[in-house]
Amino acid sequence: MDLIWRGLARGVKLLLSGDPEIYEIAFLTLRVSGLATLVSLVLGVPAGLFLAVRKFRFRRALVGAVNTAMGLPPTVVGLWVAIFLWRSGPLGALGLMYTPTAIVIAQVLIATPVVTGFTMASVQQLDPKLPRQILALGASPLQFWWLVIRECRFGLLAAVMAGFGAVISEVGASMAVGGNVRHHTRVLTTAIVLEVNKGNFDVALALSFILMTLAYAVTFALTVVQQRKRRYVT
Amino acid sequence: MRKNRYISAGLAGMLLAALAISLVEISISGCATKEDVILATTTSTLDTGLLEVLIPVFEKKTGYRVKAVGVGTGQALEMGRRGEADVLLVHAPESEEQVVAEGHATNRKRVMHNDFVICGPQADPAGIRGEKSAAQAFRKIAQSKSLFVSRGDDSGTHKKELEVWEEAGVKPEGHWYQECGSGMGQTLNIASEKGAYVLSDRGTFLSLKKNLALVILVEGDRSLLNIYHVMQVNPEKHPKVNAKGGKAFVEFMVSEEVQKVIGGFGVKEYGQPLFFPDAGK
Repeated sequence: MDLIWRGLARGVKLLLSGDPEIYEIAFLTLRVSGLATLVSLVLGVPAGLFLAVRKFRFRRALVGAVNTAMGLPPTVVGLWVAIFLWRSGPLGALGLMYTPTAIVIAQVLIATPVVTGFTMASVQQLDPKLPRQILALGASPLQFWWLVIRECRFGLLAAVMAGFGAVISEVGASMAVGGNVRHHTRVLTTAIVLEVNKGNFDVALALSFILMTLAYAVTFALTVVQQRKRRYVT
Repeated sequence: MRKNRYISAGLAGMLLAALAISLVEISISGCATKEDVILATTTSTLDTGLLEVLIPVFEKKTGYRVKAVGVGTGQALEMGRRGEADVLLVHAPESEEQVVAEGHATNRKRVMHNDFVICGPQADPAGIRGEKSAAQAFRKIAQSKSLFVSRGDDSGTHKKELEVWEEAGVKPEGHWYQECGSGMGQTLNIASEKGAYVLSDRGTFLSLKKNLALVILVEGDRSLLNIYHVMQVNPEKHPKVNAKGGKAFVEFMVSEEVQKVIGGFGVKEYGQPLFFPDAGK
């Protein structure tokens, strides 16, 4: 029990003392996971809309694949991305292995299915007559998609939160393609693993509190946005 | 309606920003590879904090940026074989010689040593305390079926452990022998929690001692010597490696200055050095 208090105290101290390394790690974590979430939105939201609305062959197989991929183990993603990014791999010439970009790529692969799945589910919850009504009112394609997005914004914000939550908390992919290189690719989760290996449980706990605080702060901000809009609807 | 327009403008702005940032990000990190040196090394050099002391000195001196990736010795050697690393700092002499013989690594130099110790719970159920021969101690552990936690990860320590089992003439199998597949630090934590025996390098054990319910029971056997070598990945076989950077790191590790730092590392904190400098031996 004392370890938990010591870890908490150490976490507060680390943050207040302005230890540049802690800020560096926390900032990199936010930058990498935030960017990965944004990119996964760009890819996942249109994909989710498409899968929810359009009817085509193999749609069910594809939807099943997306739903399965929502639970992709980060270690597996890390392994696959590593194989592609290695010097001997097909994308080796880019020299991306052990860079923050490599982590972003892996995290995009983790978050995109989550965003796609959530988007798909929230669109399909809409009244099935709604798309036809929108079209009947003479909406252009752009207006049509925009109205659909607006109608399911709660679900979309949930998609953002789920995607962000998935990537900020993963360690397997960050370790595999980032390598936990100090001052370069060390993010909060990989730093925690290292500190545990070093036996510095209090520092590891401190970092875990920082990680949870960050995750909470971002999720809370999104929740505020989500719940404020709620009033207009009901 | 006006509100909605703001929201839509905001969302569109966010998407554009995301694209812009990702392009910048990729272009920044994509072009900064020339001066990187990828060092594949064992967990012990990182978990003890030795490399955290040495790498900044090297970077300042040469201008290279070192990417130290901590993996088991087995994986580090494999990264060398595939040309995925520029320089290796590892501790499994027999496997290393093989990699050099295959032509994947070159310029191999002895850097330092410490030794392996057999640790276990204070109560010592197998009665190995003070045993002179590591093989004999292992035999006793097997005979009494006392819990033993193995790295099980093809690391240098794991290879050494298997050597000792072979010397003892015991095939480690059964519920008493557990492979955890983790780094040294994590393995020691597991052994400590389970009250099990474990083979560890002295450096990692000393640096973690404060959290462990384990003591050193067997030490000093010649077969428990733990020797670290540094070597660069052979540019003739792997043209993509940073040969200059790898060479510079090898020379750095055996330089007089660094050898002195290695000899003094940990003395203040643990009362004894964690590694003994060996260059030129």
